[in-house]
Amino acid sequence: MDINTIVSPENLVYAKPELMNNNHMHYCPGCSHGVVHKLLAEVIKELGLQEKTIGIAPVGCAVFAYKYIDVDWQEAAHGRAPALATAAKRLNPDKMVFTYQGDGDLAAIGTAETIHAANRGENIAIIFINNGIYGMTGGQMAPTTLDHMKTSTSPEGRDVHTMGNPLKITDLLAILDGVCYATRQGVHTAAAVKRAKRAIKLAFENSMANKGTSIVEIVSTCNSGWKMTPAGANDWMVENMFPVYPLGDLKNI
Amino acid sequence: MSEEISLMKGNEAIAYAAIRYGTDGYFGYPITPQSEIIETFMEAAPWKTTGMVVLQAESEVAATNMVYGGAACGKAVMTSSSSPGISLKQEGISYLAGAELPCLLVNVQRGGPGLGTIQPSQADYFQTVKGGGHGDYRLITLAPNSVQEMADFVSLGFELAFKYRNPSMILTDGVIGQMMEKVKLPEYKRRRTEQEIREQCPWATLGKTPDREPNIITSLELDPEIMEKNNERFQAKYREIEKNEVRFESIQCEDAEYMLVAFGSAARICLKAVELARAEGIKVGLLRPITLWPFPGEAISKCADRMKGMLTVELNAGQMVEDVRLAVNGKAKVEHYGRLGGIVPTPDGVLQALKEKVIK
Ligand SMILES: Cc1ncc(C[n+]2csc(CCOP(=O)(O)OP(=O)(O)O)c2C)c(N)n1
Ligand code: SF4
Repeated sequence: MDINTIVSPENLVYAKPELMNNNHMHYCPGCSHGVVHKLLAEVIKELGLQEKTIGIAPVGCAVFAYKYIDVDWQEAAHGRAPALATAAKRLNPDKMVFTYQGDGDLAAIGTAETIHAANRGENIAIIFINNGIYGMTGGQMAPTTLDHMKTSTSPEGRDVHTMGNPLKITDLLAILDGVCYATRQGVHTAAAVKRAKRAIKLAFENSMANKGTSIVEIVSTCNSGWKMTPAGANDWMVENMFPVYPLGDLKNI
Repeated sequence: MSEEISLMKGNEAIAYAAIRYGTDGYFGYPITPQSEIIETFMEAAPWKTTGMVVLQAESEVAATNMVYGGAACGKAVMTSSSSPGISLKQEGISYLAGAELPCLLVNVQRGGPGLGTIQPSQADYFQTVKGGGHGDYRLITLAPNSVQEMADFVSLGFELAFKYRNPSMILTDGVIGQMMEKVKLPEYKRRRTEQEIREQCPWATLGKTPDREPNIITSLELDPEIMEKNNERFQAKYREIEKNEVRFESIQCEDAEYMLVAFGSAARICLKAVELARAEGIKVGLLRPITLWPFPGEAISKCADRMKGMLTVELNAGQMVEDVRLAVNGKAKVEHYGRLGGIVPTPDGVLQALKEKVIK
């Protein structure tokens, strides 16, 4: 097969999603954020929701999520995305409103906003990137950091006796009556990416159907913060993160 | 209907006026002395009539960020609280100012610092007009002195907020919030449709349509060159507001030799003090700033040329007096009289302070 045949449209097996623009991404190569962004763009397009979507970006590495996917976005203060989403959705019940948050944003500084939005059963989708670390500020300990895991603020490794335990916030959210869907996914293999996409799709459909709060946790890598290669980070995640944060649905009603 | 006069508390007037204005959403958290605002909304249940959203949030932090989310959609949204709660709102207020979002904030002040007291105070003047949150920003600040103005300033606050894409605050206190007076509520206005909002606020995040680029509401800009430009744009807007929107009331200042400067509840007390002074043959006037920012400094400066002395009266240890002194710039003597911690000054106390501190 010559190169022209290979690149012809009918042989296309993989493409940049239509809603992803050409802005240069600031994410580190190998980081999970990029893969999840692609899924968001694909799902919004496939559900025909571009004109109905309001995205809420966090403070964290995804602070610039609004630069890459061509929908309307609001940039929240650190941890407050669910509060913004609450108002955006209540004032526009026909829109699809989602937040995109890291573990520091969602499970530390924004715990109150997260739990209460979910407890009220706000009709929003929460996409939660759990990479066990504060990526943006240079690799400090997160509420989800594993026992003994080294970060710049736990250089000897997290000591759960003095620094708290890895916070399984999705488990906590799943028990709330306002939550209709809670799931934990990964994007470390092609098969996992497919499952994560299905989860995001269901969460967005739930928002449109006003079914309650959906939370899609994506156990992710932060190869820079973890100081590993992208491939090494994937392996480390499978070996160390998944036992603490096992993948699968926690609730789906 | 339009001539209908009601008797109600200042806090209630705010809620009823907001419903009639066509407000899209209220987000609040209870705190004395302003809980009647959210209680009145819940009692009136406007979601059944105008479709207005009313929500009791989990905290003032959340409530203000809900306002951010609603305002970013171009909706007319508001929140209210009292001093300790307003401190919690400062994060959101700074972000609202930085993202240039119109909204209405209400502070029914109580005495501080800390948990302080539930009695009235004006000690949040600095917090409101000098910043409060981080960054170089300004809040359009309206200071009502009656239940009628509590009602009227809801629409004024929203109108100015939308005109300049800037948050407005009604800065009032427990006296005005709790006292009952006659009030004529505004006429009912219909809430704007989504189409009307899209036209009025082309920046609103209501879903990207094919005819435009995505709308992004953010206060973030990492390029300092652009961030300086953004700040310069804010400052130009603030100068424009200072030029156009100064409001004040001048009472018996024409022939006055001495002038009281006071806002809100303190101005009501000073009105009586002016009467008492004049009965004694002392020519006293009152200048009442209605907008605390933009501050009527020019009007005060002009009066200073003719006055033997001025007294600012505040329910605090001396905050607005600094702005009065800046405006007067040494042309006349400016003294301060205030009661602290929730004590309200009396007209007699004001007159005595005028005699002791200014006339001598
Ligand atoms: C009020 C406030 N506190 C602290 C910060 C600094 N800060 C920015 S991002 C961040 C942590 C982000 O971590 P996470 O939410 O896990 O996202 P990640 O960067 O790992 O994707 C912190 C502490 C801030 N911007 N605002
Ligand atoms: S610091 Fe970590 S989370 Fe942030 S972009 Fe880099 S790899 Fe991703």
